[in-house]
Amino acid sequence: MKPFEYQRAGGPASAVATMTHPGAAFLAGGTNIIDLMKLGVTAPDLLVDVSGLPLRQIEPLPDGGIRAGALTANTDLATDPVVRTRFPAVALALLSGASAQLRNRATIGGNLLQRTRCRYFADVTKACNKRRPGTGCAARDGEHRDLAVLGGSPQCVATNPSDLAVALALVDARVELLTPDGPADMSVHELFRLPGDHPERDTNLPPGALITAVVLPATPIARLSTYRKVRDRSSFAFAAGSVAAALDVRDGIVRDVRLAFGAVAHRPWRAYAAERMLRGATATVDNFERAADEELAAARPLRDNAYKVPLIRNLTVGVLRGMTEASW
Amino acid sequence: MTTFLTSLTERATQPAVGVGSPRIEAWDKVTGRAPYAVDHPVPGAAYAWVVQSTVARGVVHDVDTSRALAEEGVLGVLWHGNAPHLEPVGDPELMVLQSPRIAYRGQVVAVVVATSPEAARGGADLVRVREEGTTADTVLRIDHPALYQPVQVNAGYPARSAIGDVDAGLAEAAVRVDATYHTPAEHHCAMEPHATTAFWEHGCLVVFDSTQASTAARDALAGLFELPPQAVRVVNEHVGGGFGSKGTMKVNTVLAAMAARLVGRPVKLALTRQQLFALAGYRTPTIQRIRLGATAQGRLLAIGHDAVSQTSQLSEFVEQSAVLSRHMYAAPHRLTTHRVVALDVPTPVWMRAPGECPGAFALESAIDELASAGNWDPVRLRIDNEPPVHPEERIPFSSRHLVECLRDGAERFGWSGRDPRPAVRRDGEWLLGTGVAASTYPSITWPSTALARATADQRFDVEVNAADIGTGARTVLRQIAADALDVPAHCVAITVGDSAIGPATVAGGSTGTASWGWAVTKACRLLRERIHRDHGGRVPDGGVAVRADTTLDVRDRPEFSRHAYGAQFCQVRVSTVTGEVRVDRLLGVFAAGRIVNPTTARSQFLGGMTMGLSGALLERSILDPRTGDFVTGDLAAYHVAVNADVPRVEVSWLDEHDPHLNPMGVKGIGEIGIVGTAAAVANAVHHATGIRVRDLPIGLEHLVPRSR
Amino acid sequence: MERRFTSDVRFDVNGHTYELSVDNRATLLDVLREQLSLPGTKKGCDHGQCGACTVLLSGRRVNSCLVLAVTCDAAAVTTVEGLSSRTAIHAAVPPDEPPTLHPMQEAFVAHDALQCGFCTPGQICSAVGMLEEAAAEEVDLDEHEIRERMSGNICRCGAYVNIVAAIQEVAAR
Repeated sequence: MKPFEYQRAGGPASAVATMTHPGAAFLAGGTNIIDLMKLGVTAPDLLVDVSGLPLRQIEPLPDGGIRAGALTANTDLATDPVVRTRFPAVALALLSGASAQLRNRATIGGNLLQRTRCRYFADVTKACNKRRPGTGCAARDGEHRDLAVLGGSPQCVATNPSDLAVALALVDARVELLTPDGPADMSVHELFRLPGDHPERDTNLPPGALITAVVLPATPIARLSTYRKVRDRSSFAFAAGSVAAALDVRDGIVRDVRLAFGAVAHRPWRAYAAERMLRGATATVDNFERAADEELAAARPLRDNAYKVPLIRNLTVGVLRGMTEASW
Repeated sequence: MTTFLTSLTERATQPAVGVGSPRIEAWDKVTGRAPYAVDHPVPGAAYAWVVQSTVARGVVHDVDTSRALAEEGVLGVLWHGNAPHLEPVGDPELMVLQSPRIAYRGQVVAVVVATSPEAARGGADLVRVREEGTTADTVLRIDHPALYQPVQVNAGYPARSAIGDVDAGLAEAAVRVDATYHTPAEHHCAMEPHATTAFWEHGCLVVFDSTQASTAARDALAGLFELPPQAVRVVNEHVGGGFGSKGTMKVNTVLAAMAARLVGRPVKLALTRQQLFALAGYRTPTIQRIRLGATAQGRLLAIGHDAVSQTSQLSEFVEQSAVLSRHMYAAPHRLTTHRVVALDVPTPVWMRAPGECPGAFALESAIDELASAGNWDPVRLRIDNEPPVHPEERIPFSSRHLVECLRDGAERFGWSGRDPRPAVRRDGEWLLGTGVAASTYPSITWPSTALARATADQRFDVEVNAADIGTGARTVLRQIAADALDVPAHCVAITVGDSAIGPATVAGGSTGTASWGWAVTKACRLLRERIHRDHGGRVPDGGVAVRADTTLDVRDRPEFSRHAYGAQFCQVRVSTVTGEVRVDRLLGVFAAGRIVNPTTARSQFLGGMTMGLSGALLERSILDPRTGDFVTGDLAAYHVAVNADVPRVEVSWLDEHDPHLNPMGVKGIGEIGIVGTAAAVANAVHHATGIRVRDLPIGLEHLVPRSR
Repeated sequence: MERRFTSDVRFDVNGHTYELSVDNRATLLDVLREQLSLPGTKKGCDHGQCGACTVLLSGRRVNSCLVLAVTCDAAAVTTVEGLSSRTAIHAAVPPDEPPTLHPMQEAFVAHDALQCGFCTPGQICSAVGMLEEAAAEEVDLDEHEIRERMSGNICRCGAYVNIVAAIQEVAAR
């Protein structure tokens, strides 16, 4: 780790202003950036500590939504009673991530900007287009059991490791930003991207922008949402695959449905094709399977991660089936 | 029995051995006061950081240290161009920085020493190593052209054993199994990384070291640095786990000593978790073929076990995976073989139950396959093939209670009436199954020395250079000493973990309690005699001390086959949606001689079974064949069991008395808990799902349903 | 302007206030161990993957290996040394003075919830933090809940069964 300067941000605006400093990076909970700095993957010259900024409030919005400051600890959002009632998938996703210690320290804004856990990204001696564009992708023919089956590119098959992001994608959450040009906001859908020819870009966040809040818009169907994560061990591991789902079934007909997959792509994967197919259809296992297959038709597994395709398919069917039975 | 000490006011009211008690050092450990290798207060210590090769086979042309040396706080950089000469001591892995040759990826090519950990790490980032690699051969395959049969395998066993004619036995058999099993490379992942504090004082070398064997470490350091052994002291008062990885000295110790000499001050060197995956050893991957043939009545006719493993270009290490098949079951026709190939990889080392652990996964899975094929109960099948004497060496067992373990375990587990059909028990989305496997581990005793001292105030000091790596060694040795002295345990002070005490054997191979305990017993008995004979039963003012050495006692033991045995039962759930496996219950019954301390013994068995469960479901070190390194090289990628993985685990043991072992009648319990666990889990998974997984770990890719 | 790679911080550890200059790169873990002579907090992985370095930072359990010391200005830290009696927590107190154990420490001893002991300080700090979290959330800590909530602390010796028993005993009080 090379020496760096440290500044405590006085306010959001001054924090964003310091991002003009070459080699500047924000520090919030630090649970990912410090890890990466020790590995030499990230080597900032200046750390701007935003963790003291007053961005930790969780405000229930009168319309049924919730606005949470970007520095809200994962633990605090996960255990908030209003979040648990209105957006159970968000709470479940947060609680399924990492360990209690990490959830206490990690912030929801930082969570969305955490880097991929691809082994080659984390090893500075290996080729990685995300870490060093143009060096190649060592994962494609290497150890890629945990990597993407959807939306990968020849340049990159990294996955987004966030559980929270999957639940946020499910409920069409938005992030509020402070950019060098002033406040802005974007949907989580717009925030994340596929790697394409520029895997070095994890997100579409404008340069120098600070996420100041996460907004969960009023989403009545989200009260019936859930999140199921599968991983190699029972806890404290990144997902091998996960599914967030919300389902509204009345009289055996799917009135509305939302589905998002985790650990399968460079971004949380909202299963729009499956949703379209299911809306208005009868809530049967056959239809759930068809919808999952429709979404996964685009899957392009690698040598060692093909198991993810049936895993996500079965999870989708299993979760929707469970929610259907629960609604009877 | 009357006490030997006529003046003694406190006498033991009951034997200390057999009574459960908290470990002596528990208070120090729960308060954070127990000092591990880099916890000792050492004023003025510098910090060392290792730089590793990035090629798997090649040569270091040059190491540019100029930028590192210009960094604030950096005191010096060691590399092969300036490192002190080391004298070979038989382990080529220790000849660190002695030549430009690179034999595996991750080999140490430089060490930076600085005034702070931050400066040391920062300096290490600035060292420029110009190295050149050539094509490396890093993958173990069953058809590797360089596989060969060694003369011996680990622990001195012959590589091959043959009785009768296995092919003929198989031909004659009514029921056969011929299956190949794969076990992955595994890393020990002791919680304390390999670490050393070293300093030189008046030409003598002192190290606080994370080692399972400080006598051996002292001898190795003395040899490497060409010092008389008495000029080296290795202290390992507390060791944060080892599991075999700290059984032989690793480079951290040598490098710390070199670095301390370079900068003229104490040096702390703690390898990072990532560095350990190349530098601290690992369990070799294995490929094992098992062939079994049985009569229609379920009597084994033939047992064939062929094991393949890897070693490095530096030294020959051959995992003895097939050795357990030489004594587990009776059969007239038998063959075991071992072959090995030297690859451009780090040298494998012992890991908890070397040989038996991977071997039992193969053999005990195959026995289950045979039971399925013959429609026999797997407990019954094992009992029916119990050998009366060692089936290959034709010598008696000192004691063997495998059958009793199986029966007792079956009773406790509720095995009787088990429906053998696979994939028929369901609880919601989960399929349920149960499995059984047998366990074994040899009971080995090595020579050791110990010192017992009585003081005039009726205190007893017992010193033995044991290493307490979490086994409870300190605690049980005090109990053994108290009984040998016939005094209450609290009258005995026990000191371990310091090479200055005198030679003693490694904390490894489940040999510790037997080996150290024998020396302690002997020293304490001699002390009693001495006080009685020479001092009329009174301890003189200056005290009395006796040193004992068991070299001859151990050598002169009669010939027996000495092993501990056990049986493990497992209940699993497997999701029909995801293929996730959850172990709901594990039960182990062991016959391991006399149990000295039921509290710490139970923890040892629990720990072994927990690690076995972890190996069954999670552990796998994946080597990238293109680069020759373990890409799963940290605790986020190399999964070991966490608390949520570990269910109800029940442990019990038989009251086994074996007069042919050692004066205490102990067999050793550190390894046997891990032996057979993976097979019990795999057998239960088969019972639950009908899917036979022969490649560890059992993962989602094996079990996720692929179609409706 | 000259670039500064060190910073002055002031924070409390186990009730004592420390003022010191730290390398901006230094983690709270390394500062506790190497500058404040509090080696009870252990480094098992240095990347938040094992929990051996768990301390209570402003009352919450965190991995001290992923906290930069420079960010701890004005914070209060409790380490394993600070859980036992006040007199024993300072480096200047002679080590032979026996501490009074925290109930969680007592329970770990009584249940043999440790073997090599290296993960133990982290397990104990984590368990103490967990009890507070569960109380705040009004959650009943059954076995399953304890296992899940303690999964950020790896014990390679495999003492989990006893760790859960020890925590259950304290939780039931």
